[in-house]
Amino acid sequence: MCSLIGQSVKRVEDKRFITGKGKYTDDIVLPDMTHAYIMRSPYAHANILKIDTSKALAMEGVVAVFTGEDIAKAGINGVPCGWQVNFNTGETMKEPPHPLLVKDKVLHAGDSVAIVIAESRELAVDAAELVEIDYEELPCVTDPFKAIQDGAPLVHDIAPNNKCFVWELGDRQKTDDHIAKSHHVTTLEFVNQRMVPNAIEPRAAIGDYDIAHDKHTLYTTSQNPHLIRLLMCAFVLGLPEHKVRVVAPDVGGGFGSKIFHYTEEALVTWASKQIGRPVKWVAERSESFITDAHGRDHVTKAEMGFDKDGNVMALRVRTAANLGAYLSTFGTAVPTYLHGTLLQGLYTTPAVHVEVTGAFTHTNAVDAYRGAGRPEATYVLERLMETAAKEMGVDPAELRLKNFIPPFDGITQPGYQTQVALQYDSGNYHAVLERALEMVDYKGFRKEQAEARKQGKYLGIGISTYIEACGIAPSAVVGSLGARAGLFESSQVRIQPTGKVSVYTGSHSHGQGHETTFAQVVADKFGISMNDVEIIHGDSDSVAFGMGTYGSRSLAVGGSAIVKSIEKVLQKGAKIAAHKLEAAEADLEYAGGRWTVKGTDKSIGFGDVALTAYVPHDYPQGLEPGLDFSSFYDPTNFTYPYGAHIAVVEVDIETGKTTLKRFIACDDVGNVINPMIVDGQIHGGVVQGIGQALFEEAIYDSNGQLITGSYMDYTMPRADDVPMFEVDRTVTPCPHNPLGVKGAGEAGTIGSAPAVVNAVLDALSPFNIKDMNMPLTPQKVWKAIHNK
Amino acid sequence: MIPSEFDYIKAKSIDEAISLLKDGDAKLLAGGHSLIPAMKLRLNRPTKLIDISRIAEMKGIKQEDGELVIGAMTTHYEIMTNDLIKKHLPILSQAAELIGDVQVRNKGTLGGSLAHADPSADWPASMLVTDAVIVVAGAKGKRAIKAGDFFTGFFMTALEEGEIVTQIRIPLPSANTKSAYVKFMQPASRFAIVGCAVVVTGNGSIDDIKVAFTGVSESAFRDTAVENALKGKKADTETIKNAADQAAEGVSILSDHFAGEEYRKHLAKVYAKRALTEVA
Repeated sequence: MCSLIGQSVKRVEDKRFITGKGKYTDDIVLPDMTHAYIMRSPYAHANILKIDTSKALAMEGVVAVFTGEDIAKAGINGVPCGWQVNFNTGETMKEPPHPLLVKDKVLHAGDSVAIVIAESRELAVDAAELVEIDYEELPCVTDPFKAIQDGAPLVHDIAPNNKCFVWELGDRQKTDDHIAKSHHVTTLEFVNQRMVPNAIEPRAAIGDYDIAHDKHTLYTTSQNPHLIRLLMCAFVLGLPEHKVRVVAPDVGGGFGSKIFHYTEEALVTWASKQIGRPVKWVAERSESFITDAHGRDHVTKAEMGFDKDGNVMALRVRTAANLGAYLSTFGTAVPTYLHGTLLQGLYTTPAVHVEVTGAFTHTNAVDAYRGAGRPEATYVLERLMETAAKEMGVDPAELRLKNFIPPFDGITQPGYQTQVALQYDSGNYHAVLERALEMVDYKGFRKEQAEARKQGKYLGIGISTYIEACGIAPSAVVGSLGARAGLFESSQVRIQPTGKVSVYTGSHSHGQGHETTFAQVVADKFGISMNDVEIIHGDSDSVAFGMGTYGSRSLAVGGSAIVKSIEKVLQKGAKIAAHKLEAAEADLEYAGGRWTVKGTDKSIGFGDVALTAYVPHDYPQGLEPGLDFSSFYDPTNFTYPYGAHIAVVEVDIETGKTTLKRFIACDDVGNVINPMIVDGQIHGGVVQGIGQALFEEAIYDSNGQLITGSYMDYTMPRADDVPMFEVDRTVTPCPHNPLGVKGAGEAGTIGSAPAVVNAVLDALSPFNIKDMNMPLTPQKVWKAIHNK
Repeated sequence: MIPSEFDYIKAKSIDEAISLLKDGDAKLLAGGHSLIPAMKLRLNRPTKLIDISRIAEMKGIKQEDGELVIGAMTTHYEIMTNDLIKKHLPILSQAAELIGDVQVRNKGTLGGSLAHADPSADWPASMLVTDAVIVVAGAKGKRAIKAGDFFTGFFMTALEEGEIVTQIRIPLPSANTKSAYVKFMQPASRFAIVGCAVVVTGNGSIDDIKVAFTGVSESAFRDTAVENALKGKKADTETIKNAADQAAEGVSILSDHFAGEEYRKHLAKVYAKRALTEVA
C-alpha cells in the first residue's frame, strides 16, 4: 500500500457540507427550547439611566427578561482575559471586568444590556422593542493612538490614559544606538486597519440545564470547546467542570473569531438554569459585525536602519494596539507575544526593539484574526524593506536576499536565535524567494512593465516574505515570556475490538479538513484504510481535553499528540503480536497493517491483535486488556513556516482601481500530509490578505458607530476580484515534531497583504507615492496620485 | 434580522393588487431585494405584503408596433438574455448584466427597481436615454409617464399613492443608433457609484445624443451639457474628452466612504468618456 501521507485525498467531510447535512448549532432543536434576543447598546459610551422591562414581561410568549442588575445580584463574574501582558515597569496589566450584561455604563456600540427570552425568536425580537432603556450619551474615543493621549475620554477608571499595558521586547539601547549610527534609516508611519472576521456562520449558543442530573450543556460555535468550559466554569459561573458539557458541533468558519469565550455563552448557560428550559441565541449578521471580536487595528511608527552596504542594522517599532473596550480571551497576546516576537522576520538584523501600548477604546474587542499579530509584524517588515530598497535605489528582491538568515536545518545546525526571544526551527529562506521570482519571471516582468508604461498602462510587482510562529504554543516558551498560559494538545486513539479506530482529538475542525488529514495520518501509521478511522472532536464529554484550533496548530500539536498515542498502540500491539506469533518482540516488524516475524511468512494482522486485546484468553501474562491510549503533547518550540509571495497588479490611474493580474505564493510549511488541503488553505488565506490590502475595513465614525456594519458597506473580496493563484512549495521539515509539519492555516494571510500593497506602490512609482494605508481603495489611490 | 409581523398575499391580477393596495399599511413585493432587507432591519414595517411578482400580465417582453413592451415584473436575468432586447435595445442587456449578482438578477425586477428609485440603481440611466415610458395603473386608471418625469428625487418617483408600475414601453431605435452602459461599481454592494448610459444616432457626425447618469446624484439625470457639447459634431477623441469634462457639473453629488463628492464627480467624467468612446 502506498503511503497516504502526501496524497491529495478528497475531504471526507465535504459530502455532508455540500449536501446540506452539516449539523450546526442553529440546527439543534431541543424539547421545550426558548429563544433569546440580546439587547445591545446603540451608543459607544453612555450611562444607563433606566431600564424598564415591565411591558416586555407582560407580553404573551415572553418567558423572562434579565438585565445587568440580575447578573450583578447573582454574583456572576465577567468573562476573563486569558493572557497576561505586563507593563515594562513590571506593573500588572489593567484588567477591567467584562460583565455578561452591563448594569450602569455601556462601553461600545453593541455592548450587551439585556437578554429577552421568549417562546420564539420572533416574539423575543418583538418583546425587545417594548423594553425601555434611557441612556445618557458620553464622549467616546475609537482610535488607539488618540485614546492614549492626555485628555482622551476614559474607557475604564482603573486604566489612566486608556493604557492596558506598555510592553516591550528586544534591546532598546542597542537598537537606539544602531539606528543612530545607521547610514540610512527608512521610516514609515501607518495604520494596519481593523478587520471584521465575517465567518459565514454567525455565532450561536444554546444553554441546556438538566435538573435531573444537575448538569449543564452548552452548544456553541467555538473553535475551542474545552477552553470555553474551563474559562466559564472556573472564572465566570463558578460551576464544577464535571457538571458541564460543552459541544462545538459543525462550525462554519472561525478565522479566529470563535476562539474566545464570549459573554453570550455564559449568559445562555446561566439563563437556562434560571428558567428551567433550554435557551438558544443566534447572532444576526448585523450583530456579528459589531460583536464578533475584530482583528488588527494597529497605529505604528517603524524605523529600519541600514549600513552603507545595505545590511539591516536595526529595527525599531512603536505601536498603539487597539484592544477595544474589553479584553477578549487572547486580546492582549496578539499585539505582543504574537507580533513583537516576529519582528526579526527572515533577516539577520542584529538589533530589534518593539514597544506596544495596548489601548482601551469605545469599540468592539479586538483579538486574533487569521494570522493574529504575525500579519501585522510582516506588514511592518515588508513595507519597510520595499520602501528602503526604493529609497536606497536597490532592487527589493536583492535587498531581501542579501539580508536573509542563511539556511539551517535545525538538526545538524542549531536553530536561529532571534533578537526577540524566539528560536527559529529550520529554514532555507533564499529558496522560497528564488523560486517565487522564477515563477513570476521577475526580470522579464520589468521589461513588460517598461513597455506597458509607454502605452500608459501602470503595472506593478510587489514582493513579501514572511515567517510565522505556529504550533501554538510551547508552554515553557510562552511561560518564560510572562504569559499565564500554556497550550498543549490531547489525543486518544481507541482501537475497537474489530480493528476499527476511533480517534479523539482536542483540535477542532471548522473548515480545515481534520477529519481527512488526521485520518490520513492514522491510517498511514497503522497501515489500514481511511474508512476504518473516525475522527471525533468538539465535545468535552467524549474528548478528554483540548486546546482547540487556531494559530495553525492543529497538525503540529494535535497531530503530534495523535502520533504519540499511535506509537503507544503499536508498542502494546507488538507485545500481543509477539505472544500470538510465539516470537520475541524484537524480531517483529510492522508494515502494511501486519506484524511479521522478520525473515519469515509468520504474521498477524492489526485487526486480529485488536480482537485479542479485547478477547484476551490467549494473552501475554500481566498485560492489561484493551487497546486504547491517550496522550498529551506539549511542543518544545513553535514551528516556523515561511514563504515568499509576489503580486502583479495593474492600476487604472484614471479611476485608481487596482486589478490583480497574478498572485504567486511559494510557501514552506514543512512536510505536507494533504497537498490539496494545504493549497486550499493557502488560497483562502491569500484571499483574506488581499481583502485587507484592497477592500476590507471596519470604520467607526466619530460617534463610535461602525459605518461598515453590513455587506452593503463592508467589502468582502469575491471570486472575480482575484486571479488564479500560482502556488508552489519548498519542504523543510520541522525538526522537533514527529510529523515534521509546521502548519498552513495562516500562511496565506500573513504573506499576501504587503505583497499587494508593494505592487500597487510599484505600479505608481512614477507618481512618487511613499506610502498609503490599507485598504487601497480606488478613491484612496486616485487621491494619492493627484496629491489630494 | 427578523421583520415585524405581516400578512402575505399573492395577487393574481393587477386589479386585485390595486384593490389590496388600498390598505395604507400594505406594500408591494416584486423581487424583494431592497424591501426584504429593509423589513428585516425593521426600517420598513408593512402589515401586508402583496406579492405581484407572479402576475402573468406583468411579465414578459414583446414587440408591439414600434415599441418593445417589458412587463414590470420581468427579471433582470430575463432582460439580460432576451433576444428581442439583445437585437433592438442591447443597452438594456448590457445594463442588466452589471446588476448585483446572479441571485439579484434572477429575482430582481425592472418595475421593482424603477418604483424603488434607489439613486444608485442601474436601470434609471438606461430608461432616460432610451425614451422609456413607464406605464402605471391605480384606482383612477392607467397613465403613462415619461422616464424623464418619473424620477423626481432621492428614492422618489411620480408614482402616486396606490399606483403600480405595470409596463415599460420603449420605442425601437432607428437603424443608425449605438448605445452603451458603463458602470463603476460600489465594491461591496455592486450598486453603481457611477453608471453612465449613452444613446447616439448619426452617420459620421452625431445627429442626436442622450447621456444619463445614475449613482452620481439624488436621482438619475440626463446630462444636457455633455449632450450639447457633442450634437452635430464628429466624435473624435478630443471632442469626446471635452464633452466628458463637462459631465456632472451643476448637480448635487452624492458622497459616502467609497466615493466622496470630488472623486465621484471625477468618475462621472471618466465614465462619460468611456461610454462615449464605446459608441464613437
